[in-house]
Amino acid sequence: MTASYPRMLWMQFLAEFRKFWRVPAFAFFSLALPLIIFIFFGLRDPTSPYAPGAIVTTGAYVMASMAAYTVGNVMVFSFGIGVAVERGQKQDLLLRASPLPPAIYLLAKVLNALVFSLLAMTVLFVFAHFAASVNLSATAWVSLAGRLLLGSLAFIMLGFGLGYLAGPNSAPAVVNVIYLPIAFGSGIFIPTQFLPDFIRWLSPYLPLSPFAQLAWSVLGIKTDRSVESNFALLGVYTIAFFLLALWAYRRDTSIKFT
Amino acid sequence: MGEGAAAELIDATKNYGSLQAVKGISLSIGAGEVVAMLGPNGAGKTTSISLMLGLRKPTSGSARLFGMKPTDRRARSRTGVMLQESGVPQVLKVSEMIDLFRSYYPSPMPTARVIELAGLEEKAQSQNKDLSGGQRQRLYFALAICGDPDLIFLDEPTVGLDVESRRSFIQSIKGFIASGKTIVLTTHNLDEADELARRVVVIDHGLIIADASPDEIKAKVIGRRVSFTSGKPLTQTDFDGLPVMHSEIQGSHYVLVTSEPEALLRELFRRGTDIRDLEVAGAGLEEAFLSLTGNRDR
Repeated sequence: MTASYPRMLWMQFLAEFRKFWRVPAFAFFSLALPLIIFIFFGLRDPTSPYAPGAIVTTGAYVMASMAAYTVGNVMVFSFGIGVAVERGQKQDLLLRASPLPPAIYLLAKVLNALVFSLLAMTVLFVFAHFAASVNLSATAWVSLAGRLLLGSLAFIMLGFGLGYLAGPNSAPAVVNVIYLPIAFGSGIFIPTQFLPDFIRWLSPYLPLSPFAQLAWSVLGIKTDRSVESNFALLGVYTIAFFLLALWAYRRDTSIKFT
Repeated sequence: MGEGAAAELIDATKNYGSLQAVKGISLSIGAGEVVAMLGPNGAGKTTSISLMLGLRKPTSGSARLFGMKPTDRRARSRTGVMLQESGVPQVLKVSEMIDLFRSYYPSPMPTARVIELAGLEEKAQSQNKDLSGGQRQRLYFALAICGDPDLIFLDEPTVGLDVESRRSFIQSIKGFIASGKTIVLTTHNLDEADELARRVVVIDHGLIIADASPDEIKAKVIGRRVSFTSGKPLTQTDFDGLPVMHSEIQGSHYVLVTSEPEALLRELFRRGTDIRDLEVAGAGLEEAFLSLTGNRDR
């Protein structure tokens, strides 16, 4: 006889949520940091056109960019640092010997990260609505959140891989060193025309580029690639990062558990 | 195999690179047995347990839990574990942690009962990071028993504890043993093995060197060996009434194992036994391991 999987998943999800919520650095980074950055870039004349002649406002444009940044951030950090710390404290040892299926452990982490991403986006949306007069249709709000949650799988895989590659102490640095340049290079904070040529050339192919384009196109901005191509590119990244994560996971467990 | 052995190793070996941690162990632990695996550090105790739990794969031979592969979820659902050096999330509370682990098992014990058995009443609402070493061991113990499993592994349950917390923790474990569960614990402390277990498996250098009751092991291990030759032939009956745990007669050479050498000698002299070439040799645990291993081909 084995225990009920839905109940296991629920309890595991609760544990993940508490772990996340009770570490102020995590909660702060995922909920407050995007707001702070939004204040920097989004509150300067928020109702003006984001580009000459555009209908979309600066506030809406920065909000969409920050939403993409935030969701990727929650995924990469919660998985990257979370997994690395758990490995460092040998939490995997006891779990590995318990009846908990690894799939449920992973699924609970994914659910928790999705819930936190949604929470972070909601905070950002509400703030942008009131502070920067960002008004979208109900469908647009839902579509914005939905596209980002769907596309976030790529960043879950990246975080997971980094969590198995980085040490518990170096993980925050490693994750930042990888995620922050990707964010800048993808034009999330500053338009890519201000970047050096070789980065501008690379920019459309960085993983946050299709992710941000999915967000911008919800507002009605015409992006380089179609929604389908953006999802397809993210799909390629998802598969690539999944393979990286799988390789890193096997490397780690083959040392400890064979 | 069915319900025969709760846990089994069959000619199991385990190499870590060029290091042979387990050199060929066959061991069957029956339902309801309380077994201590005793041995010095690095003897292969933890590796043996890891094999039985499916945390490690044997290099050759096999391991079984309830007749199944140790990684089988049905076998795992009947097994609780307390491992050395394993960690738990720092910011979860003791009661939350116990509830989480209870959800892994099909018919867990009530949380309040687990907390009581583990002696964690006062710390139930504390976060794991605020526990002392002894309390942390108690938490791991709680996680091992909370699923009400049939078989429980306790790997060095009292390691690193001070005398006082060790004593009270042993009492908690003893309270649980009374419930009739199958328990496998490892220790490098003979007193602990004696106090908790009814069967002691001594492991050294990756091999089982003794498998007997605590009394028999103690006789070999903590006893003093009083040896002498006698001009007058003696038989076992000559040693009746003496404080002797074990005696060996080899021709005119006699070896008596006792925990009270002074009383034994006093009585032998009082009886006027003819004693020559008297030797009294002590046997600490390490020496005892050596003497036990000495009888075996390595």
